[in-house]
Amino acid sequence: MREYDLIIVGGGPAGLAAAISAKKEGIHNLLILERDHELGGILNQCIHNGFGLHTFKEELTGPEYAYRFIEEAEKLEIPYKLNTMVLDISKEGKSKMVTAMNREDGLMFLKTKAVVLAMGCRERPRGALNIPGYRPAGIYTAGTAQRLVNMEGYMPGKEVVILGSGDIGLIMARRMTLEGAKVKVVAELLPYSGGLQRNIVQCLNDFGIPLKLSHTVVDIQGKERVTGITLAEVDENKKPIPGTEEFYSCDTLLLSCGLIPENELSGKMGVELSRVTSGPVVNESLETNVEGVFACGNVLHVHDLVDYVSEEAARAGSHAAEYIRSWDSIGKTEEEQTIRIQTEGGIRYSVPQIIRTEHMEENLTVRFRVGAVYRDAYVSVYCGDKRILHKKKRKLAPGEMEQVVLKKTDLTAEEGLDKIVMRVEEA
Amino acid sequence: MTEVKELTCISCPLGCSLTVTMEGKEVVKVEGNTCPKGKAYGEKEVTNPTRIVTSSVKVRGGILPVVSVKTASDIPKEKIAECSRALKGIQIDAPVKIGDTVLRNVGGTGVDMIATRNVRAKTS
Repeated sequence: MREYDLIIVGGGPAGLAAAISAKKEGIHNLLILERDHELGGILNQCIHNGFGLHTFKEELTGPEYAYRFIEEAEKLEIPYKLNTMVLDISKEGKSKMVTAMNREDGLMFLKTKAVVLAMGCRERPRGALNIPGYRPAGIYTAGTAQRLVNMEGYMPGKEVVILGSGDIGLIMARRMTLEGAKVKVVAELLPYSGGLQRNIVQCLNDFGIPLKLSHTVVDIQGKERVTGITLAEVDENKKPIPGTEEFYSCDTLLLSCGLIPENELSGKMGVELSRVTSGPVVNESLETNVEGVFACGNVLHVHDLVDYVSEEAARAGSHAAEYIRSWDSIGKTEEEQTIRIQTEGGIRYSVPQIIRTEHMEENLTVRFRVGAVYRDAYVSVYCGDKRILHKKKRKLAPGEMEQVVLKKTDLTAEEGLDKIVMRVEEA
Repeated sequence: MTEVKELTCISCPLGCSLTVTMEGKEVVKVEGNTCPKGKAYGEKEVTNPTRIVTSSVKVRGGILPVVSVKTASDIPKEKIAECSRALKGIQIDAPVKIGDTVLRNVGGTGVDMIATRNVRAKTS
């Protein structure tokens, strides 16, 4: 059995950035475990541009963005195993035991001081959407279609309807159009798009593809292969309105209806998961309730921008390094002041959810999402009655992750503080 | 004649809402942008809109059957379809290196199509 200081589960953008930052902080005995045949994760199939404006100040495609990190990981000689599936992570005293498997090594038991969870997320499948109708061929999640077209060189269909206006659905509307398919319509159940505004402009408007808000698929026709779908408008309770049905003939239905962090491994080892994000509840160090287990990227909460994933993952890697350096004193620390971030009034969640002021740096970035669209509203943070932050935002939308920066001095000013409240306040 | 156009900046995922004011064919004011890129986008979008085009091209003898590609710089918006058609018939040989030119002067735009990833040759 080999022993490691740090094992990173997943070699996508989060895993790579976490590994690079830990290695730069002197953690040499580390290992990335990746399920696919190459590093880079989902970026490899995201061949469109728009990545890296924050990180590299230039606009890259997904594979190019991944390549920058892969190159750096190679330069730093960070070891990794490809085609390797992690089956289980469990606690073993202070350490963790990672069970993994691949064709060369067979079954492996790897002992490690710390773990970074970077497994990413999955798409919500048809089975979770309750669409009536048969189960013919021709129904794909948008990400599956993306992989087929961009990596396997295979077009899933010629006449396409897309349900859900998430970014992958929008990107695929353009991609399928450029490859010669006819994308007839994008339907969105909610009264607003879940995707970035820029993608509506450059993926739908540029190609004259209609976006129907407050619409959903109420029937799928076709027995062997999709032959058409029926759309209907929905009311404010998301119930289809009788009489608004419209038939679209098509051979393909793409689903872009949300992403869910992939936390099967985390849940099994006792990591507390948030009911809102479906990702781990973490503290300021991005550490879960299981000591020495850190989380970052889309396994923690679904991001819109990979740049933020890289930044967050680098922090997770650095905190894991700090944990490993303090290995001998772990378990000896006394009671710490912990502050819970309570989100309400329009804010659905925050990451992190918990702050231990002793471990906090001078400034802490707290990311969050809102539950509805707001214009010219304020994001406020309260310690009791005292407002410590009041930031104006021109526009807040559920599809766009936001952030505020909390100052340590604001949180330590008050003795015995155990809760702060974040909310949206309309002007 | 003054004309006001509402746009969404696509320079980065922030997607700022821009208001572009035009006098005839001249842009006199761009508002709502949060960086210089937004101003440049606003001016260009109403006079000469351009896009980076990304796609994929068939590969012979590689570990993957296709390689992802992009235009080395932005091309006029109305050339997107032509650019895409020009890529249909071509096939290149592995290995492909990131940054390799895949097709010169795509669709007569004067811009080259370049590979955005490596595709190793298949070792049979």
